[in-house]
Amino acid sequence: MNVFFYIAAVVAIISTIMAISGRNAIHSLLYLILSLLAISVIFYLLSAPFIAALEVIIYAGAIMVLFIFVTMMLNIGLERETEKKWLKPCMWIVPSLLAAVLLVNLILALKNVKSIQPDEEAILPKQVGISLFSTYLLGVEIAAILLMAGVIGAYHLGSQKKKVKHRFLEIN
Amino acid sequence: MKYVFIIAGVLIITLSIAAGLIWVERRLLSVWQDRLGPNRVGPFGLGQVVADTIKLFFKEDWVPSFSDRPVFILAPGILLITILLTFAVVPFGPNFYVFDSNIGVLFFLGNSSLGVYSIVLGGWASNNKYSLIGAMRASAQMLTYEVFMGLSLMGVVMMADSFSFCKIVEAQKDGWFFIPQFIGFIVFFIAGIAETHRLPFDIPEAEGELIAGYHSEYSGMKFGMFFVGEYLGITLISALISTLFFGGWLGPSFLPPVFWFLFKTFFFICVFILLRASLPRPRYDQLMELGWKILLPLSLLNLLITGAILIFLK
Repeated sequence: MNVFFYIAAVVAIISTIMAISGRNAIHSLLYLILSLLAISVIFYLLSAPFIAALEVIIYAGAIMVLFIFVTMMLNIGLERETEKKWLKPCMWIVPSLLAAVLLVNLILALKNVKSIQPDEEAILPKQVGISLFSTYLLGVEIAAILLMAGVIGAYHLGSQKKKVKHRFLEIN
Repeated sequence: MKYVFIIAGVLIITLSIAAGLIWVERRLLSVWQDRLGPNRVGPFGLGQVVADTIKLFFKEDWVPSFSDRPVFILAPGILLITILLTFAVVPFGPNFYVFDSNIGVLFFLGNSSLGVYSIVLGGWASNNKYSLIGAMRASAQMLTYEVFMGLSLMGVVMMADSFSFCKIVEAQKDGWFFIPQFIGFIVFFIAGIAETHRLPFDIPEAEGELIAGYHSEYSGMKFGMFFVGEYLGITLISALISTLFFGGWLGPSFLPPVFWFLFKTFFFICVFILLRASLPRPRYDQLMELGWKILLPLSLLNLLITGAILIFLK
């Protein structure tokens, strides 16, 4: 199990690095999808198959498709020259220094944390559902309200008055 | 060792069904259109399958110079991988399956949502405006129909009390689910057609408007993979309809269970072909309207009513 975890983790880290350092928008998105799939494998190994499946269906399968859809519409995949101007190598110095400080911090902190062994038995969808709708009901409802606000906003932005029956009859 | 045989068996069955469908579809279409169809090569024209396959293998496999080469080559593979992976969780018989996953239904939904990338990336990487339009239509269509494809299955999952395909089949011993879950069946069937982008929902390729849509630039075996992937998709959706709503391998005991499964699957494949022969293609906005305004509320209603009845009966 450990071997599989390390393989998935290495794939996730490499693909994430490729995603943020790539110049081609679509290729970066593909690496991001790969990283999400690797994270889903890690969830599966931690005996949480339901979350693993949701990671694939929702993040890799739905949200990333929308990202690719928008990138395709704007056609920014092939404009490599502007990307080059934005991504100068010296820009990486400060963020990577800060990230290194955080990494040292994290490693020092991890020393004191007891590692939690994953349960032998997988956590089934039924258990997840029961705990979501009893213990964590408030969280679910808040998330639902947030999504509802998004839906109403999208509806408001997308709604148009229907002017005439057919576009050929329109007078401009 | 047993698993190696089962995996090989499932692969051979699915791939030969997909290849055979080239012939089946043409012959059935010609029956419904009152003509003969391919009947020259071999007995009943069966050699047409071999002839077509050889043709596909020996055609020039051209990668356009203006395309995004790695993505262009990757795209057809994604389609085949996601569909063939899903066959791993489909039970062909009582003990004839590769992997009985306790998240089987979700595994199928995840794979089908990854299958979208094949079409979208294929169309984008071709760097051709017709292909791009096809890819954009495909992403909107498949994203829409995925939403209630998942929702329509939740009624079945609630009744069987499990996401595992094997348990869903066993739960249908007293009655097939297509009677209590009739709305779910209809919604899943329509979503299945849209998801495999078959006629009448072949808007991403729409040969009258977009040449061949997302695979205009593909040739040789790369086109062949899209071609076989489409037939594999039909086989998969038919197999899932028979598993989820029509009792899978259950049937009278005078014939082996695998036969019943294949018989039901073949029946639904024929229904798919009949739909192609008889229905015109809707307009793009009509397709979206049907999805969001009719099928989504229907599947939500089905979910609510099924849940209420199940709680009431407990």
